[in-house]
Amino acid sequence: MFTHKVLETNATLLMIASLIVVAIGGIVEIAPLFYLQNTIEKVEGMRPYSPLELAGRNIYVREGCYVCHSQMVRPFRDEVERYGHYSLAAESMYDHPFQWGSKRTGPDLARVGNRYSDEWHVQHMIDPQSVVPESIMPRYAYLKDTPLRTKDLAAHLKANRAVGVPYTDEMIQNAVTDAVAQANADSEGAEDVANRYPKAQVRDFDGDPTTVTEMDAIIAYLQMLGTLVEFDVYRADQNLR
Amino acid sequence: MGLIPIYALGLLAALLAAAKAQDDLFAAHAWVFAIACTIAIISTAKRVNFAVEHDTSEETYLDSVVRAGVIATVFWGIAGFLVGVIIAAQLAYPALNFDWPFTNFGRLRPLHTSAVIFAFGGNALICTSFYIIQRTCRARLALGNTAWFVFWGYQLFIVLAATGYLMGVTQSKEYAEPEWYVDIWLTIVWVAYLAVFMGTLFKRKEPHIYVANWFYLSFIVTVAMLHLVNNMAVPVSFLGSKSYPVFAGVQDALTQWWYGHNAVGFFLTAGFLGMMYYLMPKQAERPVYSYRLSIVHFWSLIFLYIWAGPHHLHYTALPDWAQTLGMVFSVMLWMPSWGGMINGLMTLSGAWDKLRTDPILRMMVVSIAFYGMSTFEGPMMSIKSVNSLSHYTDWTIGHVHSGALGWNGMISFAAVYFLVPRLWDRAALYSPRMVNWHLWLGTLGIVLYAASMWVSGITQGLMWREYDDQGFLVNSFVESVSVLHPFYVIRMLGGVLFLAGAFLMVWNVFMTIKGHTRDEAPMGSTVATATA
Repeated sequence: MFTHKVLETNATLLMIASLIVVAIGGIVEIAPLFYLQNTIEKVEGMRPYSPLELAGRNIYVREGCYVCHSQMVRPFRDEVERYGHYSLAAESMYDHPFQWGSKRTGPDLARVGNRYSDEWHVQHMIDPQSVVPESIMPRYAYLKDTPLRTKDLAAHLKANRAVGVPYTDEMIQNAVTDAVAQANADSEGAEDVANRYPKAQVRDFDGDPTTVTEMDAIIAYLQMLGTLVEFDVYRADQNLR
Repeated sequence: MGLIPIYALGLLAALLAAAKAQDDLFAAHAWVFAIACTIAIISTAKRVNFAVEHDTSEETYLDSVVRAGVIATVFWGIAGFLVGVIIAAQLAYPALNFDWPFTNFGRLRPLHTSAVIFAFGGNALICTSFYIIQRTCRARLALGNTAWFVFWGYQLFIVLAATGYLMGVTQSKEYAEPEWYVDIWLTIVWVAYLAVFMGTLFKRKEPHIYVANWFYLSFIVTVAMLHLVNNMAVPVSFLGSKSYPVFAGVQDALTQWWYGHNAVGFFLTAGFLGMMYYLMPKQAERPVYSYRLSIVHFWSLIFLYIWAGPHHLHYTALPDWAQTLGMVFSVMLWMPSWGGMINGLMTLSGAWDKLRTDPILRMMVVSIAFYGMSTFEGPMMSIKSVNSLSHYTDWTIGHVHSGALGWNGMISFAAVYFLVPRLWDRAALYSPRMVNWHLWLGTLGIVLYAASMWVSGITQGLMWREYDDQGFLVNSFVESVSVLHPFYVIRMLGGVLFLAGAFLMVWNVFMTIKGHTRDEAPMGSTVATATA
C-alpha cells in the first residue's frame, strides 16, 4: 500500500513527485494561450516595429522604464478616460519581451503616442521637472548626447524573426538605412520606411538633424505606442466564440 | 588541482569572447569572467599539497562552505538593504538620481530586488540547506568540493547580474532580468547545487528524509524549471549581450508571472520554510508540532502555488478564464500557507516561556507572524475587485516588503544568529541583547514601511478613480504622485531602521567570530532585578 513513507525514504521518487506536482498548474494555464484562437484578437494595423522604434524600445528596456510605467490600460471607466481604449492582447503580439509593467509610479504609456509633441518629449527627458514640476522621474539628458548604435540592427531584426516576428528579407536588408532615414524626413529612404512600416512617423525627433541619437530612437518609440490598431473598425464582439 | 585545466579553458574562452565581443557590455562581462577564472587558478594552485595525507574528511561535515555562505549572506544583505534605502530616497527626492545612467532608479531598482532576493536570500538558502542537510542526513555533503563551486559560482552569478543592471544589460523580466549568458551560467551552478543536494540525500544515514529537505528539494527543482522556461531567448549574437525572449505579449506576460510569482512561492517561501522546519524545533528544543500537517501542507502548498501567477495580470489583456483561475488558486493558497504558519508557531507549545529569554526565538516567531500576515494579505489582494484598486500602486510594494523584510529577512537573521556560534565553535553569541535591538529596529522599520505603503497605495488607487459631480476625473496623474511624498519619506525612514538593525547584526557576528562576549545582563533579568 502506498504511504508517505515511500516518498520520504526515496530521494529520487520525492524529486520526481514534486516536479510533477509543480508542473501541472503551469501547463494548464499557459499552454492553452498558444492554441486558443481568441487569446489574441483579430485587429487591423498591427505591424512589427520599425528598426528605429525597435532600437528605441531596447533603450526603454535598458533604462528600466517598465519599473515605473505600465503599458496596459485596464477596461475601467477612469483608465479608458485617462489613457484611451483599453489595451488588447494583439497590441503586444510582437513584443519580445512584453512591457505591460507592474507598477505605476508614473502614468501608463500604452497610448502615449501622439499625445505630446517631440519638443515636449525632448525637454521632458532632459529635465522632467521643467515641464511637470511635481514629477519624480530621473533625468535622461544623456540620451541626446549618445549616438544611436545602428550597425547591428539587421541582426536584431533577424533575432526577432527567429522568435516569430514577421520581418521580411527586405526589412532586414534595409534595417540600418531605414533607421537612419526614419530620423530624417528629407533623406532618400524616408518614403521606403513609411511604405515598409505603415504609420511609421518619419522626422527628426530630437531637434538635431545632424546625428541619429538615442533620443531620436526613444521618442520614435514613444510616439508610436498605441497608435497602430485601427479602433474604428475594431469589433470586440467578433472575438467571442 | 585537476580543475586547473578547466579554469584555464574558461579563462581562454573568456579572453576570446572579450576580444571578439559585439558590444562593450558583453566585453566587460567577459573580463569579469576572465578575472574570476584567474582567481580560481591562483587559489587552486596555492592549495596544491604534494604530501600524502590520510583523508579523514568523510568523517566530518563540510562546514567551511557554510561559514562562507553565512558571511556572504550578511554582506549581500547589507548591500541589498542599502540600495533599497537609496532608491526609496530617490522616489522621495528625485535629485538623488544624479543625472547619471548608472545611478538612475530604473537601473538601481532591479539591482535592489536581485540583491535582496537572490544575493541575500539565495546565499541564506544555499548555506542553510548545506548545513541542515548534513545534520538531518548525518552525512557529509556529496561530490567533494562541488559545494564550493556552487558557492563561488553563485557569487559570480550575482556579480555578473549586478554589474549588468548598472550597465543596462537586462531583459526586463522582473526578477529574471539577467541576460542569456548569465542565465546559462546560473543553470550550470544550479545543476551542480541539485547534484550536491541529491547526492547528499542518497548517502544519508537516516532512513527518512527530514521535512526541511522536502522543502529545499522542491525549491531547487522548481526554481530550475521556472528559470529554464522563463528565460528561453534567442541572442542577437553569441558574442553580444542582447537577446529576445521566445514568447511575446500575452504568452510572455503569463510565463513571466508564472515565474515571478513562484520566485516568491519557491525561492522565498518553500526554501525558507525548509529553514523554519529545522531552526524552529532546534531553537525551541521541541519537536515539530504536527507531522501530518507538514505532509498535507507541503504537497498542497507546492501544488497550489504554481497556479497563482495570473493574479499579477488581473484586468489585463490576459484571457479572463486564466485570471479567474489564478484568483481562485491564490485564495486557496491561504490554507496551506497558514498550515505552515501553524506548524511553525505551535512547535512552541510548551516552550512559550523561552520567548522571554531567547531573542533568536523571538525573531523566528515575529518572522512566522509576518509570514502569516502576508499570506493572508496576498490572497486578499488577488481577489479581482480588491486588485482593481491595489494593482499598479504602492500597496503591492508594501505587501512584498512585509513578506520579504518580515518573513525572509527575520528568519534569515535568526538563521545567522543560530549558525554563527555553532559554525565558529563559540559558546554563545557576542550579545543577545543586540539581537533584541536588531529585532525591534527591524520590526519598527517594517511597520513604518508597510503602513506608509498601505496609505500611499490606497490613496493613489482612490485618486485615480475619483469623479466629481459632473462625471469628470478629479485628479491628474501627477497630483496622485505629489501627495505621496510624505509616505515616501516615512518608507525611507522605515528602510533606514531596518538597515540599522542589520548593521547591529554585522557587529554582533563579527565580534562573535572574534570570540568575544559582551558584558551585559542576561535577557529577561531586568524584570527579575526590578521586582527584587
